[in-house]
Amino acid sequence: MATNQEHTEYVLRIGDNALILGQRLSEWCGHAPVLEEDMALANMALDLIGQARMLLTRAGALEGEGRDEDRLAFLRTEGHYRNLTLCELPNHDFARTKVRNYLFSTFQVLLLSRLVGSTDAELAAIAGKSLKEARYHQQHSGDWVIRLGDGTEESHRRTQEALDYLWPYTAEFFAPAPGEDAIAAAGIGPAWHELEQSWEAQVHPLMVEATLTVPPRTPFKSYGKFGRHSEHMGHLLATMQYMQRTYPDTQW
Amino acid sequence: MEKKEWPLWEVFIRSRNGLDHKHCGSVHAPDARIALQVARDVYTRRMEGVSIWVVQADHIVASDPDAKPELFDPAEDKIYRHPTFYKLPDEVNHM
Amino acid sequence: MYTQALDIAPKDPDDRASREAENPAYVDEFNARIDAGGFIEPKDWMPEAYRKTLVRQISQHAHSEIVGMLPEGNWITRAPTLKRKAILLAKVQDEGGHGLYLYAACETLGVSRDDLTEALLSGRAKYSSIFNYPTLNWADIGVIGWLVDGAAIMNQIPLCKCSYGPYARAMVRICKEESFHQRQGYDALLQMMKGTKEQREMVQDAVNRWWWPSIMMFGPHDKDSVHVDSMRWGIKRISNDDLRQKFVDATVKQAEVLGVTLPDPALKWNEARGHYDFGAIDWDEFWSVVKGNGQCNVDRLAARRKAWEDGAWVREAAMAFSAKQAARKLAA
Repeated sequence: MATNQEHTEYVLRIGDNALILGQRLSEWCGHAPVLEEDMALANMALDLIGQARMLLTRAGALEGEGRDEDRLAFLRTEGHYRNLTLCELPNHDFARTKVRNYLFSTFQVLLLSRLVGSTDAELAAIAGKSLKEARYHQQHSGDWVIRLGDGTEESHRRTQEALDYLWPYTAEFFAPAPGEDAIAAAGIGPAWHELEQSWEAQVHPLMVEATLTVPPRTPFKSYGKFGRHSEHMGHLLATMQYMQRTYPDTQW
Repeated sequence: MEKKEWPLWEVFIRSRNGLDHKHCGSVHAPDARIALQVARDVYTRRMEGVSIWVVQADHIVASDPDAKPELFDPAEDKIYRHPTFYKLPDEVNHM
Repeated sequence: MYTQALDIAPKDPDDRASREAENPAYVDEFNARIDAGGFIEPKDWMPEAYRKTLVRQISQHAHSEIVGMLPEGNWITRAPTLKRKAILLAKVQDEGGHGLYLYAACETLGVSRDDLTEALLSGRAKYSSIFNYPTLNWADIGVIGWLVDGAAIMNQIPLCKCSYGPYARAMVRICKEESFHQRQGYDALLQMMKGTKEQREMVQDAVNRWWWPSIMMFGPHDKDSVHVDSMRWGIKRISNDDLRQKFVDATVKQAEVLGVTLPDPALKWNEARGHYDFGAIDWDEFWSVVKGNGQCNVDRLAARRKAWEDGAWVREAAMAFSAKQAARKLAA
């Protein structure tokens, strides 16, 4: 039987991914390579922020300590965020942004497809809505990875570099998390390692089509979803939390 | 670096089933697939559509505005094509 | 969405000559259509000066939208709640969309978006100078929505009926989308004014900084304006001063409801005129900012230039891929 805390943490892991990647993507607004991509990236950020709001609200309700979406989004300390490290890494350039979106949204589609059947009815409803969004993100970012990988010499180099940089962080997607087996047994959602094969089976052919080489797995490990983040996370939070930290207990 | 702009695409949207696709604007995109996606991102942010067509702008053949007289004026005097041309008795006028 | 009724381009000495050289029958037909309140469409014959005026005005308008994404974008990552973050992001994204519609309208006049972008980045083209002011606290976001968008809407509604079809249609779409921008700003300010003393001080500080730049957005006084052709051609339909007065009249009540003071001691109801009187506008400041001496002129253009230059390889890659695809199709 999954404990309430395990259930809460499980939902937080999903919600924090959306929150932190949404925050990163929103940084692009006004700075994209063409106006059309400004629109596309902002749409994705808006989808993710919307997902984060629903998921954090759900997590707060499960936790039962009266924390709403904003208390959870803005007033936790770094070690209490449960997002994948991949989501917090800086955007760097358009190639890294698109490759990350593809790696993440492919994972998200697989996860959400399973959550649609969750015994947590609220989580299932959120997943149903989010799944449509994630599918579009996967399609759009996948199309871009192919174009950038198989575009010019420079775009190929940048995209390969992006994949090389991001790939080690994807191992974290499937690392076992405490309580996951209980969550799976209770039918709340899959243990994430269950998704690994399908994920690899989708990602590899696309990278081949994009003329990119998937690097071999290394012993590198990241631990964002366990609360041990990269150096980038603190800066992201310093910016994101600025208003809530400066003006405590204030309504906006 | 060679200056090469992405082609222009005209965007047509069906706002709901039962209606025609209607021209609503344009986007720049490198190819048809991306054109459809950005058309979606630009022109359906407020539930404006259920179907999108994109057509590369230079594939559209348009009539010459200077040819307006010969193209469109000849229809002007064919008033017998319009139902209001026929005056019928009031009792049957809803025909 | 922001337009500024500002036309500072020098009068083209060739305009009159070229106009006279144009076919008088075409000119008559064009004028007749304008006088009848009709629309001009892209491929229709139009006087070169009309075309140039449109290109200048529409592109200035488009540039303003794009540069206008920056001051507000400055607060997206720091928005105080997730709801406000989503609203702000959606709004700034709308500005990008509006810029896109307007560039497209401008392209129907035979200029490419790349050329227009180049004109902006080189500093040749103008954009609304309101965006050369910095956004310093969160209330600036609300005040920009309320005052800056409010002023812009006053300017824009008449443009929905302007004589050039693609511009008018773009403006209809823009005005429809714009309607939430001013309201969200005012809503954010209302919430702050109900809050702490610190919040109220933030709002007043923002109003103090944005009030005068906002009423400058309507451009020079009618007597100093160079809009004669624009008015005659039905591009601009209401004068700068009339629009400005309408804006001031509408805003005073809104400021009262909000509980903020508009920073103009001369602001007073004039029974005889049926309008509010207001103080003298500091045109020296206005022209100084237009000419590049605002606090953010350099940074704004640098940000646009960086986005464009950093994106060059992406735009190029997509075209290269498209060419490869076409070649593969041919070979298959």
